[in-house]
Amino acid sequence: MDLDGVTLDTWIGRVDGTEEQPLVPRLAEFDCRNNRLAQIGLQQDGFDAAVAQARAHYGPDRIAVLIGTSTSGMEHCERAYRQRDPRSGALPGWFTERYSMNLFSVADFVQRYLELGGPAAAISTACSSSAKVFASAARMIEAGYADAAVVGGVDSLCLTTLYGFDSLDLLSREPCRPCDAARDGISIGEAAGFALLERPGRAQNGVALVGYGESSDAFHMSSPDPSGDGAYAAMQFALQRAGVTPHEVHYVNMHGTGTPANDRIEDRAIFRLFGDSVPCSSTKGWTGHTLGAAGIVEAIICALCVETGLIPGTLNLDRVDPAFASRVAAAQETRDLRYVLSNSFGFGGSNCSLLVAKLA
Amino acid sequence: MNAVHLESVGVLGPGLPDWETTCRVLDGELLQGPEIRSDPDLPQLPPNERRRVPRLARWALAVAHEALAGSERAAGDIAMVFSSSSGDGEIVHRLCEAVTSPERDVSPTMFHNSVHNAAPGYWSISTGSRQRSVALCGYDASFAVGLLEAVGLVLSEQASVMLVACDLPFPAPLAALRDIEAPFAVALLLSPAPRGRALARWQVSLGAGPASARFPCMLPTALATNPAAQALPLLAASRGSVAQSVSLMYAGDRHMTVETCPCR
Repeated sequence: MDLDGVTLDTWIGRVDGTEEQPLVPRLAEFDCRNNRLAQIGLQQDGFDAAVAQARAHYGPDRIAVLIGTSTSGMEHCERAYRQRDPRSGALPGWFTERYSMNLFSVADFVQRYLELGGPAAAISTACSSSAKVFASAARMIEAGYADAAVVGGVDSLCLTTLYGFDSLDLLSREPCRPCDAARDGISIGEAAGFALLERPGRAQNGVALVGYGESSDAFHMSSPDPSGDGAYAAMQFALQRAGVTPHEVHYVNMHGTGTPANDRIEDRAIFRLFGDSVPCSSTKGWTGHTLGAAGIVEAIICALCVETGLIPGTLNLDRVDPAFASRVAAAQETRDLRYVLSNSFGFGGSNCSLLVAKLA
Repeated sequence: MNAVHLESVGVLGPGLPDWETTCRVLDGELLQGPEIRSDPDLPQLPPNERRRVPRLARWALAVAHEALAGSERAAGDIAMVFSSSSGDGEIVHRLCEAVTSPERDVSPTMFHNSVHNAAPGYWSISTGSRQRSVALCGYDASFAVGLLEAVGLVLSEQASVMLVACDLPFPAPLAALRDIEAPFAVALLLSPAPRGRALARWQVSLGAGPASARFPCMLPTALATNPAAQALPLLAASRGSVAQSVSLMYAGDRHMTVETCPCR
């Protein structure tokens, strides 16, 4: 692994060049790895320009900013702790809580960068954070507090998550292998992802979020419920909200972290709802587990899937766990896709499923 | 009609040991209640679970249980919105010390307790509720940011929602960076249609410019900088016998207006 002073025997997914890309001068006080990553994300694929257009159409106060993150600028805080005054223990003068470590820092940064003024929040429910932002955005629009929403997920590499997951024995010693019989844990990645959601009606083509489902496991803080009832309920609620039956769903993008427990339990819950006819796969072999950004990274992958008719295979999968009952897509497939479902599950038993469809 | 009903309340802070005492302080009948000398011990939980709950979640669960007991609803029927600006500073501090020490010995329990949604997680585990929950942060405006999320959930999904806001002072050396002088937690049970008698009916909107609410002068001044305690001006106004308008700090230099009407 290739990160400042980290000695763990594991693989990471790291965004190149984050260190060399400073923030725009007007927001320099927000400087930290997480907000740099956010800025790089906002500048991709004409996203900031699309938001500027929406801002002109709806007005800045009618566009919400809802950003998922699990650790925000924690990496900045760790740097400050390495430079504590040896006598007093005080943190160095360059460190602020508000602009880096506080969870709202990244939502504040994004809102200011895009010059928006509607509802704003940082949503932090561990690894389901940036799936939950879609549910929250749908509610803000439905309740009339916004006409559109910028949703996002931003999480950057830090010692706390690396050594934390290591302490729980959840880090893979090789690139993670979701659904494989020999899978042994996660590979941590970092990512920023954003999407602009608008009230139904204006958009004529593209992709729509048609359902979301949320539930709690009520089981354990870091182990998923072996019954899979919480995961099942989240998927079922998403379908219910959209009035879609399981056989209309053509692909499930699994949470699929590559830990023995997650993939086993998720397989069982998917099989219970969809049987063995709906292909499912995990894309974390490509991205690693980007934690608080995973929900939106995979929602965006699902949007690309319905647009292009692609079912991604599962990278690093040699032999599907023989105990699995659902249909795991090992290799890439192409077909017309109507509805696809994306799963995100987090510590604290926080489950969220998103149902994505192509606009007819 | 985009109104939500306030069904019940839980409160915990210096001189404010519960909602009943807080009402007497807000009504001017009492200067202050008994001081809080230790973290809540959560008698509602079985002893083995009680020990595991970290500090911030302890405060959050204590007020949520008070609001639940004051209502006619079951935990399994209520969604939870948890809002905190500080998070659990004690855990952040200990994790930062651990990962910057040569041994880098992180406690697995401390790591899973560090998630911002630890309070709703422990709530769901200890009550058996599989209801959805969310955890969020809006810096100094965390209370209003949480309230908007809760109101959105009530209005768009006709759900009953427990909003819990909680902020605790940071330990040193983080304390030097953030002025949260005293601990405070509040739980508000909100619903689209009240079961039993509601305390107030609220209509919530956002507006341009900063907030104008003053922190009620009868309350401990140490709470004025606690983000969760920004619920208190709203609760004070909701005690009144006439309709009032309260302006609360919102994110992005904006404010939230809550029109509160008594339900008598």
